[in-house]
This record gives sequence, C-alpha cells and structure tokens, in this order.
Amino acid sequence: MVGPVMVGPSSSHTAGACRLALLARHTLLAPPTRARLTLHGSFAKTAHGHGTDVALAAGLLGFAPDDPRIPVAFDEARAAGLELDFGMADLGDVHPNSVRIELENDDETLEVTGSSLGGGLVRVFSVRGFEVNLSGAYHSLLVLHDDKPGVIARVARVIADDEGNVATLHSARRKRGGLAMMSIEIDRRLAQYALDYLTHVPYIHWLRMLPEVLSGEAPDEASTSGTEGSA
Amino acid sequence: MTLAELAAAPGRASELALADEVGDDRSARERLLRTMRERLREMRASIERGLATDAPSRTGMVGWNAKRLWKADDVLGAALLRRVQAYAMAVNEENARMGRIVAAPTAGSAGTLPGALLGVADHLGLDDDALVMPLVLAAAVGDAIQAKMFIAGSTGGCQAEIGASAAMAAAAVTELLGGSAHACVHAATMALMNTIGLVCDPVGGYVEVPCVSRNAFYSVHAVSSAQLALAGLESVIPPDEVVQAMASVGRLLPPELRETGEGGIAATETGRRIALKMAR
Repeated sequence: MVGPVMVGPSSSHTAGACRLALLARHTLLAPPTRARLTLHGSFAKTAHGHGTDVALAAGLLGFAPDDPRIPVAFDEARAAGLELDFGMADLGDVHPNSVRIELENDDETLEVTGSSLGGGLVRVFSVRGFEVNLSGAYHSLLVLHDDKPGVIARVARVIADDEGNVATLHSARRKRGGLAMMSIEIDRRLAQYALDYLTHVPYIHWLRMLPEVLSGEAPDEASTSGTEGSA
Repeated sequence: MTLAELAAAPGRASELALADEVGDDRSARERLLRTMRERLREMRASIERGLATDAPSRTGMVGWNAKRLWKADDVLGAALLRRVQAYAMAVNEENARMGRIVAAPTAGSAGTLPGALLGVADHLGLDDDALVMPLVLAAAVGDAIQAKMFIAGSTGGCQAEIGASAAMAAAAVTELLGGSAHACVHAATMALMNTIGLVCDPVGGYVEVPCVSRNAFYSVHAVSSAQLALAGLESVIPPDEVVQAMASVGRLLPPELRETGEGGIAATETGRRIALKMAR
C-alpha cells in the first residue's frame, strides 16, 4: 500500500478511475471514438473536484495514473478524436466509487462497469452486461460462450498447455443453456497461438486478452488481443 | 499477513513482511526493494517541489501552506514538528495541484507517511538507505488494514485513509528508530485507535480542505504514536481488533460523511459557497 506513483489528487477518484478506464479501453481492440461515462455515488458527487472526469478520459486514451497529461486529458481526447459524454445515475447496490463505461468505435460497442476500491485498487464487475471479476492486477482473459458442458474445461486446458497459472476464475451465465462469460486472471499473458486456438473452440463467440494495469506502466496501444467485432 | 503476525516477527517486522511478500525469490526481493527506493525518491521529489512553491491549487484554497510554514520562525523550539508538518503539507499541496505524488495508502493521505518518515530521518540526519525497510513495513501494515476494510473515504470515512496512513507511518518511524516488531505494530495500533471516527468532508469535493492540514496533523500523530511505542507503551486492545472496530465505525457513518462533500466542513455555509463558486 505504498504507491502507485500518480498524478493527484485522489487514489480512488483519480488513479483508480484512470485504471478502470484503462481496463475498459483495453477491452476494445482499437481505441474508442465515443464514450458514455455514467458516474455513481461519490464518483458522481465529487467527480470534478477529484479530477475523476479527466482521469477517466486519460485512461480511455491509454494513459497510466502517473501520466502528466491527465490534467489536460480533455484536450488530448479532443485531439485524438474521442468524444466524451458524462452522466450520473444510481447504478444500484454497488461500491460508492463506481462508473459504467460504454465505448464505441467503428468495429464494436461494449460496456464495462467497475468500482474504485481505494488506494488505486479497482474491480471490474460487469462487461457487456455479464458479471465478471477483474482486478487489473493480472493479465485477464474474457470469454463469451454458450453455456454448454465442457467449455470451461477446454479453456482451462489451453491455459494449462501454455503453462499459464490461473490467479482467479469467475464464470456466470444469463440462464441455463444461454450465453455465459468467463473472466480469468492469469499470471502472464497467453501466447498468441493459444488465443488463436481458443477462437476456434466451438461455442466460443468472443474473447479478449487484457493487459494488467496495476504495475504502473501504460500497456501498449495494441496490447489487447482476441476475436474481432462485437459478435 | 495480519498485524498480530507482524507483531510476532522473530526479528525485524520489515524482514518478515518482505519474506512474506517475496519468499526466498532473490530477484523478486531485489525488485521490491528497488521499487521502494524509487518510491522514496518520488516522495522526496514531491516534498522538494511542494516546499519550493506557493502556486495555488485548482480552487485557490491551498498551495502556499507548506512553504509558509517552512519559512516561518521555529517559535516553539520544535524543529522536528515544523519539519514533519511542512513535509506532509508539501506532498498534499502537490497533490492538490494535480502534481506527481506517491499514494500511501491513498493520494488524499499521501503526505502523512513521507512527512513523518522523511521528516524524522532528515531531523536526525539519517540516510535514505535506512528508510527502505521501514517503507516495506509501512506497506505491509497498509495491506493488513486493507485486508479487513476498504481504504477509501467514500466507504470508511477519513479515518480509513488518514488512519491507515498514520498507522503505516507510525510503524515505519518506530522501526527506523530501532523499535521491536511488537513496538512497531503497537505504534500503528495506537495511531489507528486514536483516529477512529474521523469523517471525510472535503469542501466542494476537492482534496484540499481539510485534507492538506489534516496530513500535517496526522504525520505528527504518527510520530507521537512511535514515541509512545518506543517507550514501551502499548494498546490494550489487540491490533487486528482495532482495525475491525474502525471498519465497523466506517459502516456506521452516513453517506454525507463519506466523501460526498455533503456533510461536516463541506456543508458549512462557507464550504457550500465555495463549492457553488467552483461549480460555475
């Protein structure tokens, strides 16, 4: 709990917000062109005072929490052609520092919702409307699939064959036999061939490998991989 | 690792904390120590920038306090006190300017640990190398608290943030001055126990008032706790139970007193007027 090195003024409202947006940014393959950000609770009440708004914009641009461009992230967003739309809403029984991020680019549209827990720690609990569990502390794999027997085992086998070590695993389905989402945190990034293999596993519709965002370094622009489009 | 486990360390508390973090992986150990040295450099840089400027924050409520105190006469014959307070405010005024700081454990409470630890070290003329292991311990104390409660003003009130930072700082200063593992943890515990109930009521939602001066006060609080623990005083209530108590007080706090800018100092007539002015 000593760190991160960051631009002020708040580890939860600035650094944490930046990391949530960074995770959302890297759930897309290409940078977003439009973003709708819905702030909840303390995020909504003190967004401007804590620089939550600029920090979210910075994260969507791929900036890390110590990036000196955070205070001028709105200008950077304009220059990068990223359109931002902020709103407030009660997102229900969630942590007071929560934000729903809806992103769009030419290829896809998706939603990422999460909370900033304090000290720069974050938790993403929803992606594309599915319950997930991501901390950003690890490389994470998101898999959207049909709820069929054996899919989780096949994914786990591919991770094992690539000698990936699973830190956390979460899986939830809409309804029996319906669509389901797996979120798996892994100690290191899966190799490209493993991801390519997974895209060909029956019943898997969409997958994404997200970079870790807690070490302080901003991930590469192209550090997300997975299937294309919003299928 | 719980505070009780840290207190029972056979040698220095920081050695146990480090071993718990990296095991016997030598390269991981080196990496962690390198990170801590880097954090110290960043802390020092933020103190130096903060002491040298009186540039106002975004709202204009703070920005010159650290420098003004630093340049003021030491009328009390308490150079350590002045140094610790000035360092702490230097960091938080940098933070309020959206400058670069090290969260410890949060940004709003970032001044307390460097204020106390670097303040004491500079007062005694100690080298920064001596601060690396105390910083490792501070991080472990923060982790032990974080394991039982969210360290954020919006969930636990200011007590969760400044209490954690003061506890981390108290343990670090105690270790720096040669305190046992038991003394370090009890310094942290006394710091926490005497912070319970503090609300988070920032004017206009900005991390400035009362946050900047609060870091000055709680860095001194941390040094006081270290002084008591080094003299052999300890907490009657076991450390982890005190953390538990703080967590339950946090849950009892109404939302108005948890970083919404709607209660306490933020809800005063002047506080509201400033908030309105800034919103325009």
